[in-house]
Amino acid sequence: MKSLEELNRIREEALKKVNLRQNNAQYRILVGMATCGIAAGARPVMKALMDGIEKDQLPVTIQQTGCIGMCIHEPIIEIIDQAGIKTTYLEVTPAKAVEILESHIKKGEVLQSYTRVGNR
Amino acid sequence: MERTHVLVCAGTGCTSSKSLELVKRLEEVIKAKNLQNEVKVVKTGCFGLCQKGPIIAIHPDRVFYSHVTLADIDEIVNEHLYKGRPVKRLEITDIDEETKEKIFEFEKIKFYAKQKRIALRNCGLINPEDVTEYIALDGYQALAKVLTTMTPQNVIDEMKRSGLRGRGGGGFPTGNKWQFAANQVNDEKYVICNADEGDPGAFMDRSILEGDPHSVIEAMAIAGYAIGANHGYVYIRAEYPIAVERLKIAIGQAEEYGMLGKNIFNTGFKFDIEIRLGAGAFVCGEETALIASIEGRRGMPSVKPPFPAVKGVWGKPTIINNVETFANIPAIINQGADWFSSIGTEKSKGTKVFALGGKIVNTGLVEVPMGTTLREVIYEIGGGCPDHKNFKAVQTGGPSGGCLTEEHLDTPIDFDNLIALGSMMGSGGMIILDEDNCMVDVARFYMDFIVDESCGKCSPCRIGTKRMLEMLIDICEGKATMQTLADLEALAIHVKDSSLCGLGQTASNPVLSTLKHFKDEYLAHVVDKKCPAKVCKSLLDYSINKDACKKCGLCAKGCPTSAISGVLGKEPYVIDPIKCIRCGACVQNCPFGAVERA
Repeated sequence: MKSLEELNRIREEALKKVNLRQNNAQYRILVGMATCGIAAGARPVMKALMDGIEKDQLPVTIQQTGCIGMCIHEPIIEIIDQAGIKTTYLEVTPAKAVEILESHIKKGEVLQSYTRVGNR
Repeated sequence: MERTHVLVCAGTGCTSSKSLELVKRLEEVIKAKNLQNEVKVVKTGCFGLCQKGPIIAIHPDRVFYSHVTLADIDEIVNEHLYKGRPVKRLEITDIDEETKEKIFEFEKIKFYAKQKRIALRNCGLINPEDVTEYIALDGYQALAKVLTTMTPQNVIDEMKRSGLRGRGGGGFPTGNKWQFAANQVNDEKYVICNADEGDPGAFMDRSILEGDPHSVIEAMAIAGYAIGANHGYVYIRAEYPIAVERLKIAIGQAEEYGMLGKNIFNTGFKFDIEIRLGAGAFVCGEETALIASIEGRRGMPSVKPPFPAVKGVWGKPTIINNVETFANIPAIINQGADWFSSIGTEKSKGTKVFALGGKIVNTGLVEVPMGTTLREVIYEIGGGCPDHKNFKAVQTGGPSGGCLTEEHLDTPIDFDNLIALGSMMGSGGMIILDEDNCMVDVARFYMDFIVDESCGKCSPCRIGTKRMLEMLIDICEGKATMQTLADLEALAIHVKDSSLCGLGQTASNPVLSTLKHFKDEYLAHVVDKKCPAKVCKSLLDYSINKDACKKCGLCAKGCPTSAISGVLGKEPYVIDPIKCIRCGACVQNCPFGAVERA
């Protein structure tokens, strides 16, 4: 170890490994992964979210959750910010998931149309 | 991307309840579900709630599972990791007293709610075998700060201002100790980490070394810089194989990353650490005996002064600090002395780790701010005595400490308060005793331990403790008179006043404190020849309640001396008190609770 900069570089890299244990991510995304969600295609949606987060190193943790109760509108994802404000997106597809990351997470703009019923 | 981390406790407690098998099974099932790229299994140090082990924590969901068995793993993977439905039946819960609802969030669970983790900050959160996880959580930042921005005197002043006192038992101010060693002019100095944790029931230091070994390594290097030492020793008992193994791995990684070795942070400072294994002698926790043992001599204390800070290992100035003391130091450097001294009481700053054991619901490891009351630790965090038994006493400070009773429960815990009450902080073992514990028997237990561990160098300890043990055995067996009690007390005071080292000087404490607070129990043994807690077997009489006896004969069958007679199915059984050796087998064997002790 030669300098503080070198230590900080290792730290930044390593933080990615442990950050999700610390409960301090800027956003949490909950993906409905009950039987209804999985049947409607939640797994590819989660995969798309994970790939997008990894690609752009977004400050987001992903959690799975059970049935939210609106099985007909699955796949459902919920985005919760640090203030606890929750946005629910319905009928999500992998393509929409990427758009949501681009708009909601990167720019802070909620995609209103995807929060409505029947946006399929 | 890893979306979920499954943290499995791999400390000694959970390992002994097979947590490593759980890791293996988790990895298999996760692979079978094709989740291995999303879900990572991490082995960590102790979560503290050892009673409920093996413990598994799942992040970022912040779900804690307790008492996990191999049979539960499939359900955890299939339900929680695959479908996002936590397995409620395994979650650690509490009941909210106001709303009567179940609490699942672990921060709100009573066991954790009052705790403040400084020394244990990384235990149960990081993989102790991966230095980068330690670095991620500000590891080695303190060493970098010290080496690149502070002078050795700055560091010592910071330690003094923080008010940190030695966590090994004595409570000596750490900054002052460092100052003494720094003031010595010598070509070689040494830093020793005392990991010879020997009190029965204490496991704080082991858990820190198992869960966060780098915090100790970092602090030792900081200490080396502060006093001008380039070599460190960790003196650790060989009975801690997991801690030794993780420490070895950690030292290797620290060397690989250049945190130990030559020219650390390009400042020209060099520091290395060697492990010295102790054979488990209690006296080797005493610093002069520890030094003798490191030098390859028999572990026996020597007269102080000269203090180790002047003439220590290999005759060179040496500081010896305890594991927990070291674990606090990087946090003090990073967050400042003012932050640290804002926690705790006027004369005892920061937090203290306690190992709760004995008759308590939540056996485990807790860290609380100094000044927390015994009641908060025992009842709110520890959950009180199991089976609604009545609390009788708490033993603190191990064989060097004493017992505190119900009336002391609201005393804020700090170094000085405990000494004033005739006990001591010690290294942090806290053994809870309930109505079923006999206090004379407890004193006998500790004296037995001391007699075994006395090194034999000075007569008061070698002979005095042996005589005290004999008197205690006489009392337990009903052979004692009032004169025995008077002799015991007088001898205890002599041993305390005239022994050479701390072991002997404190050896009488369990006797003196039980004599002080539980005189009536001693009197019951001596005068009435009865043991009120029904522990001392020689003083018990066994009899069979003939109304409750179902004449099954199981008691007679299990009696090793054939002291029980009766006729199967016809006549109630009777114990012959002359043949009876008071082993208690009949009490165990009777399905109807008909055997009575008095």
